[in-house]
Amino acid sequence: METIKSIQSAVEPRKPKLFVFSSLQKVFKQSIVLVALFLLWEIAPRIGLVDQAFFPKFSSVVVSWWNMVISGELFAHFMASITRSVSGFALALLIAIPLGLMIGWYPLARELLNPVLELFRNTAALALLPVFMLLLGIGETSKVAIVLFACTWPVLLNTIAAVGNVDPLLIKSARSMNISSYQLFLKVILPASVPTIFTGIRMAGTGAILVLIAAEMVGAKEGLGYLITYSQYNFQIPEMYAGILTIALLGLLINQGLSMLERKFSKWKQPVNS
Amino acid sequence: MTGTEKIRFERVTKTFTVRDTKQKGVMQEFTAVKDLSFTVKEGEFLTLVGPSGCGKSTLLDLLGGLSMPTRGRILIDGEKITGPGLDRGIVFQQYALFPWKTARGNIEFGLEAKGVPKQERRERAEHFLALVGLSHFADRYPHELSGGMKQRVAIARSLAFNPDVLLMDEPFAALDAQTRESLQSELLRIWEKTKKTIIFITHGIDEAVYLGERVVVLTPGPGTVKTIVDIPLKSRLEDADIRSHSDFVKARHEVWSLLHEHEYQGAHI
Repeated sequence: METIKSIQSAVEPRKPKLFVFSSLQKVFKQSIVLVALFLLWEIAPRIGLVDQAFFPKFSSVVVSWWNMVISGELFAHFMASITRSVSGFALALLIAIPLGLMIGWYPLARELLNPVLELFRNTAALALLPVFMLLLGIGETSKVAIVLFACTWPVLLNTIAAVGNVDPLLIKSARSMNISSYQLFLKVILPASVPTIFTGIRMAGTGAILVLIAAEMVGAKEGLGYLITYSQYNFQIPEMYAGILTIALLGLLINQGLSMLERKFSKWKQPVNS
Repeated sequence: MTGTEKIRFERVTKTFTVRDTKQKGVMQEFTAVKDLSFTVKEGEFLTLVGPSGCGKSTLLDLLGGLSMPTRGRILIDGEKITGPGLDRGIVFQQYALFPWKTARGNIEFGLEAKGVPKQERRERAEHFLALVGLSHFADRYPHELSGGMKQRVAIARSLAFNPDVLLMDEPFAALDAQTRESLQSELLRIWEKTKKTIIFITHGIDEAVYLGERVVVLTPGPGTVKTIVDIPLKSRLEDADIRSHSDFVKARHEVWSLLHEHEYQGAHI
């Protein structure tokens, strides 16, 4: 009983002293370099280090960004991009996760499909963009399709790997409790695979934006990628940078969202740095 | 101790096909255990001790129904083991807890598989958490527990679905000496309370003698039963330091000698 008591006190969280101060310090540490970067962006064009015409100062980029927000122009492009990427991404998850679970679970499926998967995973999605456009036109379908294509592989391959890498001891332990294969899959394989599958999902999230923007730059009538190339052609340089900033924000947003989901689903996992 | 026979090993042999290390691509037969015969009485605490390579883990897999003997048979209550079953609970050395389930969730796992209703699952989990002294840790995940606590959860999980036999595969080997000792006496306490038949595999001589009513001494290459030693200790839990008791020392020495005969033979060459 002695040991239990001492263990108990050991796992009790320590009361955070100087909480406000330490969190302020954290915010400072995390933002200082970013602030310096924006300052540099503001100052460099002003003092003539770079040509203002090609590299406008940060404040004018923010101003044109704000103007586009107010006019609703940016929102329209933003929505076009996000609709395409989310549709392609969601479709990829719907296809790749069940398929990956199946391939990972049945050795025969894995053997049959492995060569094909190897070929496709090593084919850069953007290399196929002309094919998609030839077959599906320059409308929404080809954009969604290429996002779908790009997102499928990381999710599929991670899901297959996840199922294959479940700790055999856990399987043995569950089997010793005489559970059916169906229950084993549902109650052991699936939950054990979640963290690895999520790694694939996050990779896909990054890929979705990347591929979409490139596709929009080549052939589209709206969307953030189109906004950037269009602004460049018309020499609206601050608008171009505003578009780039928006894409960065969008990427950040998606990644943060997925990280949050990941934490929610794998809170049982030991933090890496602990 | 009624003395009824619970488990019987009848000339059990298990061979595996393994890769030949010398010739590439050639497969070879490897005998892990050979002609094992012994019986376990109902409610008995039997320990198996032997050096590595004497087929301890193979033995446990066979008992758990996770693999089948190549020759011979294993009977439990007079019936041949044909697969895993909830009449046997296994406790593994590396705990084998499901990391995505809390201590309570882990204990409920076997019950869930068995189809026990939710309310009853909950009650049983509470009961067994209390039995292993972890009532306050019900909602912790395995990574938030110490090694000793994890093993307590694993023991509680195996007990929860009320098996007749508890199979333990070096359950305390990964723990520090002090935790190991406290868990050993706790296991004895649980055994007295629950009257389970326990088969406990270990490579620790002290542990085998302290826990077992009988100690099965195994020799390696391939694993066979060398002798079964009766341990005459009566009051393991009442005696404060039973390990320095003369009966304990004598029994310990006997097992030690049996295990080391092999080595001395080797030393003379």
